[in-house]
Amino acid sequence: MEVILMIIFFTVFWAAVAKFGPILVTKGPQDDLVRCIFLLTAVVCWLFWLCCYLAQLNPLLGPKLDGKTIRIIASSWGYPIKDG
Amino acid sequence: MGDMFRSEKMALCQLFIQPEAAYASIAELGESGCVQFRDLNDEVSAFQRKYVTEVRRCDDMERRLRYVESEMKKDEVDVPVLKAEEEPSAPNPREAVDLEAQLEKTDNELREMSANGASLAANFRHMQELKSVLVNTEGFFSDQEVINLDSNRRLDPEDPAQAPGAAQRGQLAFVAGVIKLERFFSFERMLWRISRGNIFLRRADIDGLVEDEETGRPVLKTVFVAFFQGEQLKQRIKKVCTGYHAAVYPCPSAHAERLEMIKDVNVRLEDLKLVLSQSADHRSRVLNSASKHLPRWSIMVRKMKAIYHILNFFNPDVTGKCLIGEGWVPTNDIATVQEALARASKVSESSIPAFMNVIETNEMPPTYTRTNKFTNGFQNLVDSYGMASYREVNPALYACITFPFLFAVMFGDLGHGLILLLFASWLIIKEKQLASIKEEIFNIFFGGRYIILLMGIFSIYTGFIYNDVFSKSMNIFGSAWHMNYTRDTVEDASLKYITLRPNDTVYKTYPFGMDPIWQLADNKIIFLNTFKMKLSIIVGVVHMIFGVTMSVVNFAYYKKYASIFLEFLPQVLFLMLLFGYMVFMMFFKWVTYNDTVEGPLSPACAPSILILFINMILQGSQDTPEPCKEFMFEGQKSIQQVFVVIAIICIPWMLLGKPLYILLKRKISGAPPPKPQGGGGEGHGDDDAMGEIFIHQAIHTIEYVLSTVSHTASYLRLWALWHATQLSEVLWNMVFSMGFKYDSYIGGALIYVFFGAWALLTVGILVLIEGLSAFLHTLRLHWVEFMSKFYEGAGYAFEPFAFKTILDVSEDD
Repeated sequence: MEVILMIIFFTVFWAAVAKFGPILVTKGPQDDLVRCIFLLTAVVCWLFWLCCYLAQLNPLLGPKLDGKTIRIIASSWGYPIKDG
Repeated sequence: MGDMFRSEKMALCQLFIQPEAAYASIAELGESGCVQFRDLNDEVSAFQRKYVTEVRRCDDMERRLRYVESEMKKDEVDVPVLKAEEEPSAPNPREAVDLEAQLEKTDNELREMSANGASLAANFRHMQELKSVLVNTEGFFSDQEVINLDSNRRLDPEDPAQAPGAAQRGQLAFVAGVIKLERFFSFERMLWRISRGNIFLRRADIDGLVEDEETGRPVLKTVFVAFFQGEQLKQRIKKVCTGYHAAVYPCPSAHAERLEMIKDVNVRLEDLKLVLSQSADHRSRVLNSASKHLPRWSIMVRKMKAIYHILNFFNPDVTGKCLIGEGWVPTNDIATVQEALARASKVSESSIPAFMNVIETNEMPPTYTRTNKFTNGFQNLVDSYGMASYREVNPALYACITFPFLFAVMFGDLGHGLILLLFASWLIIKEKQLASIKEEIFNIFFGGRYIILLMGIFSIYTGFIYNDVFSKSMNIFGSAWHMNYTRDTVEDASLKYITLRPNDTVYKTYPFGMDPIWQLADNKIIFLNTFKMKLSIIVGVVHMIFGVTMSVVNFAYYKKYASIFLEFLPQVLFLMLLFGYMVFMMFFKWVTYNDTVEGPLSPACAPSILILFINMILQGSQDTPEPCKEFMFEGQKSIQQVFVVIAIICIPWMLLGKPLYILLKRKISGAPPPKPQGGGGEGHGDDDAMGEIFIHQAIHTIEYVLSTVSHTASYLRLWALWHATQLSEVLWNMVFSMGFKYDSYIGGALIYVFFGAWALLTVGILVLIEGLSAFLHTLRLHWVEFMSKFYEGAGYAFEPFAFKTILDVSEDD
């Protein structure tokens, strides 16, 4: 569910950029060019994000870390290592 | 769509101008700059054209201008830079006569002055040399008198053998002069030889450098006096002096006379100095007053010459009452041209106004795309591959975004992108000041400043997604990999590495970009490789499908509807059913397989996309251990078979479809095919022989089928080039981080040094060299992989007659 919401959120976001981005630019003779630029930007950025997100959605392999790194991560990212 | 989508519509226009209004009309058109004139007198040689005398007059004026300019350079007179709004228009004929007269006057005046100046300077030099001869010989003569006394004293008047020579011996003759120091020694030897040693030569170097009369370069000179006996020897010595270019000066032998002469020479020198300084004053006054007008003059002359040059393209009417010219005009600018003509008729008070006709033609018009400073760089990238055919879809419009994006996929690093962005922003903010710099390498960067800006912005975005800032990651949203290890596990010395698995942690996908934990992981490269290879193929296939789709727009525009079904459809089906399907499999694998389940969807069972794809093409299969399945979903095998069959059908469809269609059309019409209109679209016309059409189509088909495979593989360079930017990690570990390993003050100093090295290498190697190589690969992906799908590029550029370009070009020379 969360995944779908995330994808919808970013899709809506980039669609909004494509739709409303050109408004930010002052009207001029190159209106069509500006629209095209925003549309393409939105498409490529969305696709790029989507690929990155889906590639990590269900990782088939996990990060391989050495003990030192794990301890550093545990202390600085806040995953306390339990005793035992 | 806007201006960028296609090149402008052009019209071939015929201009009818009265001869008296011709000059003014062309001047107006040159200012507006929207007509590309065609030479209607192709067969007439340059010397027989109508306005050849006027062009020659302009040449003459240019020559004079060049002379005046070179004189100014000699005297280092500054020529003021003309502001754009002060630029003069082309002179009307009356002004032109004035201008010519003025130029001639200045030129002649300068020439006369420089001739006079040269003779005065030579005179002055001689006087100076004479003076130094007189002054320096003073010492020799006092010595000489002593020697004379000695020889007189030793002379025995009773000795008959010596008596006849006594008179001459008492009076040694001499020659005094000035010679270049470098020649003096061989000169001395020569004198010694011709006189068999009976000569006495003295010299005194002149202090400082003296101007050489032949070359004008400063040289060392020396004064010499040769003492000898006899008239014969004197003649010989004089000859030697001429041979050695030694200047001989008259020099009285008596002391009093010499003093008198020195006085005289001094007076004359003073006079000469006065004259020289006055003439220099006059010269600089003339040059200064000319320098104020020079830029205006040269612009006027250049404009005038350009106008007559264009007028030579015009065809004089048989009656001679009218000049006829032809040229391409963008249809949007026809009104501008008409206005310009009306203005010119009014100015020249011509009785009949000039007018313009649009004429029908079968010729292919030139390609003209209006650009602004933002799109100009992108348009140049496309144009350097090939000027678009007339009204063809313009890839530059899409390159505005796809170019920086593909660059950023390779270059992706937030830090490096920021450097690019800052550099480009500096170029853009200081645009006005920097535009005047005429350095070649700099101009390349300056011309592409908006490309660099977008490349920077996109690199920042992709760097954010790759989570790469100078090879470091940011943990903004909290890593997805939560750990709950116990102290025993972590401190177990037997476990060198621990591999995290999603099913023993609480896994939530990192929402935006790469999870920062991968930056620290030992298997980072393995994970990123699979991701980035897939990413490259996905981006590539989307890019290529987009390219193929563009060809529909072209076919529709040129009304080749049959080509949509006979070329586009099989092409796009072939691409989609093979590589589009592969992209689908990638997404499918990402979504369905995961580590939290057992059975056929577990990681161990995940099939390799590449193997699946190869098996699909070759109809092979592979053994899979239980509980895995060979295919990812039910019915995949039959779907694949259908896809492959359709894709194979596409090949003969591409190969034979179009030629058979043309054959059929010819049979039905029975008449010879009409000439192609406008010449747009494919390079081969429909009126070629059938055999040629078949061969062409065969080549086209083979090329497309093979290139579909090779181009897809070619997009893997997006992944390969990204590896090169991984050098920044090496740089961090090997250079910068070394500074962190020391304590106290030394550590601080070392960080300073290592930071310098790291920063220098980052900018030099990673940003500049990697940036350039990524740029070149992006260019290739556009030119070859993208544009070959639809772009013909067989047009020629619109080069309007405009004073602006003419003046710019001559400024560069």
